[in-house]
Amino acid sequence: MPADFIISLYIFVLGGFIGFSVITRVSRLLHTPLMSLTNALDAVVVVAAMIIAGRRETELAVILGTIGVAASFSNAVGGFIITERMLGMFKAGKANKS
Amino acid sequence: MNPIVQQHVTDFVYLASIILFILSLKWLSSPETARRGVRAGEIGMAIAILATLAGSGIVQYTWILVGLAVGGAVGVPLGLVKTTAVPQRTALSHAFGALTAALIGISEFYIETPHVTKFGMVEIALEVIIGGLTFTGSLIAAGKLQEILPQRPMTYRGQNLVSLAVLAAAIGIGVTLMFQQEIVWLFPAMVVISLLFGVMLVMPIGGADMPTVIALLNSYAGLADALLGFVLNSKVLIVAGALDGASGFILAVIMCKAMNRSFTNVLFGAFGQLQTGAGKAVEERTVRSATPEDAADILKAASSVVIVPGYGMAVAQAQHKVRELYDILTKQGINVTFGVHPVAGRMPGHMNVLLAEADIPYDKLLDMDQVNGDMPQTDVALIIGANDVCNPAARTDSTSPIYGMPIIDVDKARTVMVVKRSLNPGFAGIDNPLFYMDKTLMLFGDAKNFIGEVVRELGPGSHM
Repeated sequence: MPADFIISLYIFVLGGFIGFSVITRVSRLLHTPLMSLTNALDAVVVVAAMIIAGRRETELAVILGTIGVAASFSNAVGGFIITERMLGMFKAGKANKS
Repeated sequence: MNPIVQQHVTDFVYLASIILFILSLKWLSSPETARRGVRAGEIGMAIAILATLAGSGIVQYTWILVGLAVGGAVGVPLGLVKTTAVPQRTALSHAFGALTAALIGISEFYIETPHVTKFGMVEIALEVIIGGLTFTGSLIAAGKLQEILPQRPMTYRGQNLVSLAVLAAAIGIGVTLMFQQEIVWLFPAMVVISLLFGVMLVMPIGGADMPTVIALLNSYAGLADALLGFVLNSKVLIVAGALDGASGFILAVIMCKAMNRSFTNVLFGAFGQLQTGAGKAVEERTVRSATPEDAADILKAASSVVIVPGYGMAVAQAQHKVRELYDILTKQGINVTFGVHPVAGRMPGHMNVLLAEADIPYDKLLDMDQVNGDMPQTDVALIIGANDVCNPAARTDSTSPIYGMPIIDVDKARTVMVVKRSLNPGFAGIDNPLFYMDKTLMLFGDAKNFIGEVVRELGPGSHM
């Protein structure tokens, strides 16, 4: 089994645990923004797509990479915008007594 | 800069991104710090992209910039959709995320073949299968939520067996490729079969199960990204994927618990096919219906009101009228709270966002457990577009398909009012004995119009 794999597995398991402990604390009120935010963060896959598209190793890689850049970057942009919009809607009771 | 130094710099920037991503989710724990969390996530994303552009052996920028421009142009409108369209937007973004992961996995295969190690082949095959099925599965989910596809479960005899056979075929091809990479046509065949499996996985799932399915697809999208991190040996992808995967998984577990069902039951149970015949026997029973004036009189006399919203409120876009009702009643000293069931709506947290959009303070939006304790002291439970989540059969009728599901105990309130279009059972097709109780008043009509009329009755200038 390659050494890289073992390191990756450690990171994955530890990352999963951090995710678990952080996310169980997210208020139920915010589960929809949670989904759009994790989705935006997950769009960091755009860096891999950029590398595939930009290294120009094969023509296929450039085509697939470019589609990947577009798809994942739209997730990053759209995900952050909609999360901010939704969070802006949540107001506490006091600020609302106008 | 020396390429090795450059690589180190990029690695440290990725590490900073990872830290910012974790903080981002940590700050999402409460509405007060949540916006700071989004900011942290945005910064983490921006530095990761810039570091990659600056130092990752990229030789050609044209197509990257084209991709970024297209992504930005598509992303902005997707970020500005109405809150009622958020479930389908979310499903679509899972599709995009999984598509990216699958496409990169495919490119990696064709760049490396025929020199992919056996171990590397396992990683690529798993990643492409999960990415592929999440892509098409999420597209189908988005189509159902947008009502391009029928929301009812679409099933046929022996479906589960056929679906499992298809999945097994994809895995079998993956295993064969491990040993015989030179059979090149096998790889595209595996991709196509996993795409097909995604369609077959989500087609049979009904609208009421969408909250669980979206959460599960979220988890798969994260998993696909993490696996891609294994393939490319990219730590930032592994962590982001693990966070996203964990998040989706936790949400899916919460949704399943809130319906007292298991994953396998959601995925293979095809909710809604169960009781199609049972609706006919009950039409003899009588219900009491009431006019907006009656409803207004009852609300005026109450001192505490719990409003239970459901998907019907979203469909009727009634949340702003509900807010007007909330304002008028609160002004008269009536205590109004909202009881939000975890699976109300079409995705986790759906109702909270709609009500927050309508400017209802979030401290009035209560969980099922919080609201159930107060229910016996509540004068009026007003149900708007919800059905199964307050069906007392879940507590009392062991033959009901939703028996054992935790519900909002509206039947314990002194008076129950249900705003509903007609007596038709909900998506799940399950009869609701709540409608036939003596203390229940049915308010037939479109939620937005009906609540609007109640508000007019109560409002200043009416005969109060």
